Amino acid sequence: MSQLEELYQEIVLEHYSRPRNFKKLEGANRSAQGYNPFCGDKITVYLKIEDGVIADVGFQGSGCVISKATASLMTESVKGKRQEEAVEIFHSFHNMLTRPPGSDFDNERLGDLEILAGVSEFPIRVKCAVLCWHTLRAALEQKHQTVSTE
Amino acid sequence: MTNSAASKSVAERPPLIQDIARIREDFPILKQTVHGKPLVYLDNAATTQKPQVVIDTLVRYYTTENSNVHRGVHYLSEQATQDYESARTKIRRLLNASDDCEIIFTRGATEGINLVAHSYGRQHIGEGDEIIISAMEHHSNIVPWQILCQEKGARLRVIPINDDGELLMDDYAKLLGHRTKLVSIVHLSNSLGTINPIEQIVEMAHSYGVPVLVDGAQAVPHLPVDVRRLGCDFYVFSGHKLFGPTGIGAVYGRAELLDSMPPYQGGGDMIKSVTFEKTLYNSLPYKFEAGTPNIAGAIGLGAAIDYFTALELDKICAYEHELLKYGTKRLSTIGSLRLIGTAREKAGILSFVIEGIHAHDIGTILDSEGIAIRTGHHCTQPVMDRFGVPATARASLAFYNTKADIDALVKGLDRVLEIFS
Repeated sequence: MSQLEELYQEIVLEHYSRPRNFKKLEGANRSAQGYNPFCGDKITVYLKIEDGVIADVGFQGSGCVISKATASLMTESVKGKRQEEAVEIFHSFHNMLTRPPGSDFDNERLGDLEILAGVSEFPIRVKCAVLCWHTLRAALEQKHQTVSTE
Repeated sequence: MTNSAASKSVAERPPLIQDIARIREDFPILKQTVHGKPLVYLDNAATTQKPQVVIDTLVRYYTTENSNVHRGVHYLSEQATQDYESARTKIRRLLNASDDCEIIFTRGATEGINLVAHSYGRQHIGEGDEIIISAMEHHSNIVPWQILCQEKGARLRVIPINDDGELLMDDYAKLLGHRTKLVSIVHLSNSLGTINPIEQIVEMAHSYGVPVLVDGAQAVPHLPVDVRRLGCDFYVFSGHKLFGPTGIGAVYGRAELLDSMPPYQGGGDMIKSVTFEKTLYNSLPYKFEAGTPNIAGAIGLGAAIDYFTALELDKICAYEHELLKYGTKRLSTIGSLRLIGTAREKAGILSFVIEGIHAHDIGTILDSEGIAIRTGHHCTQPVMDRFGVPATARASLAFYNTKADIDALVKGLDRVLEIFS
C-alpha cells in the first residue's frame, strides 16, 4: 500500500462520508470550537460529562478527510471514557502522528485510531488530525475561546 | 562577470516564447522529479521559479562583488553600487516610470503597501476619513489599512464583487466621496485571476483628488504595466513573483508625492546629515531606504527583469492567455468542479472547488503525482467568505507552463475523483 493509499484508505473515507456522532448534542454540558486557519477547517465538539465520564459526545463542522474522519473516530474512542483517559488517548494519538518515520508506537489505547498512523508521513496534515483533539481538550477544560492549530 | 555582462548573455540568445522547451531548460528546478514523478509546477502565484541567469547572478555577486552600497570608495563598493542602481533603472523601465528616484526598493509588495500606509497614510488620513479597498484584496492590502484606520479613527470601505469575481463599479462610484482619502486596489487578483480596470478606477478617484495605490504583485509577471498610462500614484510589486529572488521588491511612487512624505524607517543611508539636534533626510529614493538593503536581491531582480523582458511581454501574454483558455476548457469538463473567478478580463489563475472534496485533500493527492498547486484561502479569506467556500485549489500559470502541465493536472484530478468515488 502506498503512503497515499494508506492515508486515504477505505475506512478513513467511510468515516469522512458517514461521520459518527456528527450532530449537535442535546443536553451537552460542555462544548468548544476549533479552527484551523491554514485549511479553513472548523469544528465544534459537544460533551455530556457525568461524574467525570464522557457520557456522550458529538461534533459538527466542515473540513478535509483527515480532520473529519479523525473527529469521527475520536468520538467513538472517547465515549464512555473518564476525562483523564481521553486526554491520555490524545497523547498516544499525538505521539503516533509525530513519531520519527518508520518507528513503532504504543497502540495500547488507540483502538481504531490506529488506522490514521499514515498521517505521520504527511507532516503538513498532522494539524488536520489534531484539531478535533485540541477542541475536545478545550471543551474538557471549559475554555470558551476558539482553539486554533496555528 | 558583472550583471551587465549577464544581461548581455540573455540578449545574445533571446529565447522565443513559442520555444517553450528551450525556455524550460533555463529553469533548473523544472527538471526535477517529486515523489518519483516529473515536477509539474502550477503554483506561480505563490512564487515563481528562477532562471539559471538569476541564480548565477546571485552567486557571481557574492563571489566577486560583495560589498556595501553608497558607502565605500573602493572598487567592490563602486561595482555593487553601480549594479544595484542599474537594477533600479531596470525596474523604472519595466514600469515606465519617469525617473529612477520614483523607484524604492522594499522587501516586497507587502512592505511596499506598509511603507505607503505608514508614511503617506499617517500623514494624510485622520479621524472620519475613508480608505477604499475591494472585496478581492490580499490580506496584505487589507491589514495595513485596518491598522491605520484603528490608529486614526478612519474607516475602511470595501468595493463589492459579483459572482464572476468582478468589481461592481457602480458601488465604487457611490463609495467615493469627500471623506475618501486613498484608494488601494489590486491589479490582478491572486485568488480569482480578475484583471481590474485600473485606468478607470484611477480616473474616478482622481476626480475627487484621491490618490490610488495599485498592488501589482500578480500583475507584473503577466501584464504590461505602464504606471504613467495607468495614472496611479503608487504601484507595488514583489521580485520573487517575477522570477527574481525573495526578499526584494519595489514601490513606484510619483516623485511629487514621495517628496512630500515623511520617511518610513530611520537609519543609515536615508540621511544627509545627523546631529543630536537635527537630522536632514536624504533625497529620493534614499529617504525611504534605511539600512543596508538586499543588494544581491536587487541585482538578482535586475537579472530577472532582463530575462523576462527579453521574452517579450506581448508574446508571454498571448501564450498564457491561450494556456488559461485551454485550462478553463479542460477543467470545465469535470462535472463536480466549480471554477471560482470567471471574470471576462482574467489572467493566469485557475481557482476551483470540487463538490464534497476539501481543497487540501486535492492538494495532497496531486502532490503525490508531482503536481504543485496551492490549496487554502490564498491570504484572501474575505474572497472565500464571498463565495461561501472554506478554501479553493488553485493552479496558477507562468510562461514556462505547457498544455502538458494542464493535462497532468486534469489527470491528477481524475485520480482525486477516483479515490473519492
